[in-house]
Amino acid sequence: MGAQRPEIYLDHAATSPPHPEVVHEVLRAMRETYGNPSSLHRKGLEAERAVGRARETLAAAIGARREEIVFTSGGTESNNLALRGALRALGHRGRHIITTAVEHPSVLEVVRDLEGDGFRVTLLAPDRDGTVRVEDLGRALAPDTVMVSMMAVNNEVGAVQPVAQAAALLGRARPTGGRPLFHVDASQALGRLPLDAAALGADLVTFSAHKLGGPKGAGGLFVRHGTGLRPLLLGGGQEGGLRSGTENVPAIAGMAVAVDLARRELPERTAVMSELRRHLIEAVFGGVPEARLNGPAACADTSDPFAGQGGAAPHIACFSFPGAPGEVVVHCLEEEGIYVSTGAACSSRKRRRSHVLEAMGLPDADVDSAIRVSLGPETSDADIDRLAEVLGRVVRDIRRFARR
Amino acid sequence: MREVYLDHAATTPVHPEVAELIQEYLVRTYGNPSSLHRFGRRARAALEEAREQVAEALGAEPEEIVFTSGGTEADNLAIRGAALAHGRPGHIITTRVEHHAVLHTCEALEETGFEVTYLPVDRHGRIAPEQVAEAIRPDTVLVTVMLANNEVGTVQPLAAVGEICRERGVLLHSDAVQALGQLPIDVGQLGVDLLSVSGHKIYGPKGIGALYVRRGVRLSPLMYGGGHERRRRPGTENVPGIVGLGKACELAVRELAARARTMREMRDRLVEGIQARIAEVVLNGHPTERLPNNANLCFRYVEGESILLGLDSKGIAASSGSACTSGALEPSHVLMAMGLSHELAQGSVRFSVGRLTRAEDIDYVLEVLPPIVERLRNMSPLYAERGRARQAGSPPGEG
Repeated sequence: MGAQRPEIYLDHAATSPPHPEVVHEVLRAMRETYGNPSSLHRKGLEAERAVGRARETLAAAIGARREEIVFTSGGTESNNLALRGALRALGHRGRHIITTAVEHPSVLEVVRDLEGDGFRVTLLAPDRDGTVRVEDLGRALAPDTVMVSMMAVNNEVGAVQPVAQAAALLGRARPTGGRPLFHVDASQALGRLPLDAAALGADLVTFSAHKLGGPKGAGGLFVRHGTGLRPLLLGGGQEGGLRSGTENVPAIAGMAVAVDLARRELPERTAVMSELRRHLIEAVFGGVPEARLNGPAACADTSDPFAGQGGAAPHIACFSFPGAPGEVVVHCLEEEGIYVSTGAACSSRKRRRSHVLEAMGLPDADVDSAIRVSLGPETSDADIDRLAEVLGRVVRDIRRFARR
Repeated sequence: MREVYLDHAATTPVHPEVAELIQEYLVRTYGNPSSLHRFGRRARAALEEAREQVAEALGAEPEEIVFTSGGTEADNLAIRGAALAHGRPGHIITTRVEHHAVLHTCEALEETGFEVTYLPVDRHGRIAPEQVAEAIRPDTVLVTVMLANNEVGTVQPLAAVGEICRERGVLLHSDAVQALGQLPIDVGQLGVDLLSVSGHKIYGPKGIGALYVRRGVRLSPLMYGGGHERRRRPGTENVPGIVGLGKACELAVRELAARARTMREMRDRLVEGIQARIAEVVLNGHPTERLPNNANLCFRYVEGESILLGLDSKGIAASSGSACTSGALEPSHVLMAMGLSHELAQGSVRFSVGRLTRAEDIDYVLEVLPPIVERLRNMSPLYAERGRARQAGSPPGEG
């Protein structure tokens, strides 16, 4: 490993390093606010208040009410709780679920398991750029559709999905009687794009702390007031009975700091990052022959990103370099101190082909050579230039070797 | 004001060595263990080292350890996971004094067709192994018995239960959340197939726990979404929490004897001191088969919660029952199962000492507590009645 070379971390969609203020808060809470929030004494009260403050911060950041926030152990638990919890409560209303072919495994695998329980599942196919169409959702709706789940931002290609438009459609879909519940996995959207859960019109919204510079092991679920939900974890009855288990106070407090930082810096961050992403695409296309961009080229309109105008989140860009296997590219970049991924971290260890890129209808050569570059608040233009330069060299060498 | 924390059964402050390690993994080794690159590999290596530390503390193999978000999730995963893997409704045996994570999960399974036997306990909170033997039926899927009780500290005769379960071919789960760090644990000796532990009860972080799953045991996951933890628990691994749990386990094992000795000494100093200074105090739980840190006492004629408030105003943190239920007004299900009267159960206070509890802390409690109890008793109509009954020559009224 080149000892003097600075490391360039461009895998923020896998996990984003905790902000120093977040680290400070986690450690402070660990030292000082160590009580159990359920305890009646002062130490317990202090811990309970810390959780309460965090709840207010998260609620304020997404336009929700305090009591509409349930803290969980992360995005995966939130997705599981949203889907299974809601269907346990409302499954009798209908047996049809609609989601998209490009969701995270923590949605797709849950609905697959629900199929085993007798639910019918429709997977909406995306466009070539990874965006799903609300018209397809409209066509897929059935009288017994009980749940629709759509991610806000795709984690592999950055496509911003028309979740606001979908919510509007669902609101109109069945004006009388129960409209389908609408769940949005916003794990990759919070802190990257303006997101108002209430205005969005979703019933359930998933959040993850470590994707936006918060600690691992914390997440949240927005549960719109009045939404029926059964808990996954039973026990002490914490989180209004929706999620038992002693609250992870330091991680929750750290998550709130990350959310608050992101909220305050959001307009600037999205502007800077959108510009960075433009630069990234230009630089990669300039530096690597026969490069392809998977996913939308332009960034989404950051003033109203989910209204169905398409576009990408400002922090994710996925490229393919046919003839240069993605895994090999990732390793060669690593040798140069640059860290990217072949796709979602969750599936990359399994060396499975990306279900997202396949659903987008990409040719095999593009699927096998895909890498994901994901930016963070610290990423600079110099980092991008260095990536493009190294990438050009690496891909050329790999292709030359592969052709021999 | 002096602060004395005697609620270690609710949660413990993170050990400084653990906190240091967590800092390292928040600041530097922040990768996602599923990532292929060096950041990911470093995180994964840390994860696997922690798995070895946890396994070592339990006498298990590393691949038998599944990390969860805590003890509650571990209990839920063990019980629901074993029940679902069975494929059809069956019979479960548990005790009346389990943690709510166990009891409520069993109750929920009853709604889906399972039958559950809740074994009664003796006045010390203990079951007899023969009760398990008698309760086992051909369709018994799982027995779940905690190793030590969180409220009264009573240690169950788990190894004997384990022997019975092994003989009869029934899975055995144990919630060892309170026992870890206080008793030596060896899953082989105990004969358990599944065992839950938690980080924050052993000076580790909150938000992390583990389930021991003996090799070959079939378990359905509670959640889906990626191949993490051998498909038993999806989600990006909480690396700082996991390394913190690993370290906490290592320390707990290394310091077990010393910690247990300190805690037993301090606990005994407290109990003896209280009994010498305050009349009509009952020690709940088993006289000898109990956790070294636990003193659960009933102060007759007064409410435990009033005592807690009085203690809290003097900077002393204790608890009435378990933290999860202390918001509730019902008396503890554990004390009721032990046959205590409603009135007596209401007067219970749990003191749980820790590895850093000192004689000065105990002496401060012994100085502060008697006047609090006396003041409350003087306001208690029950106490006044007892005084009158005594003057009239009849024995003190039973509640």
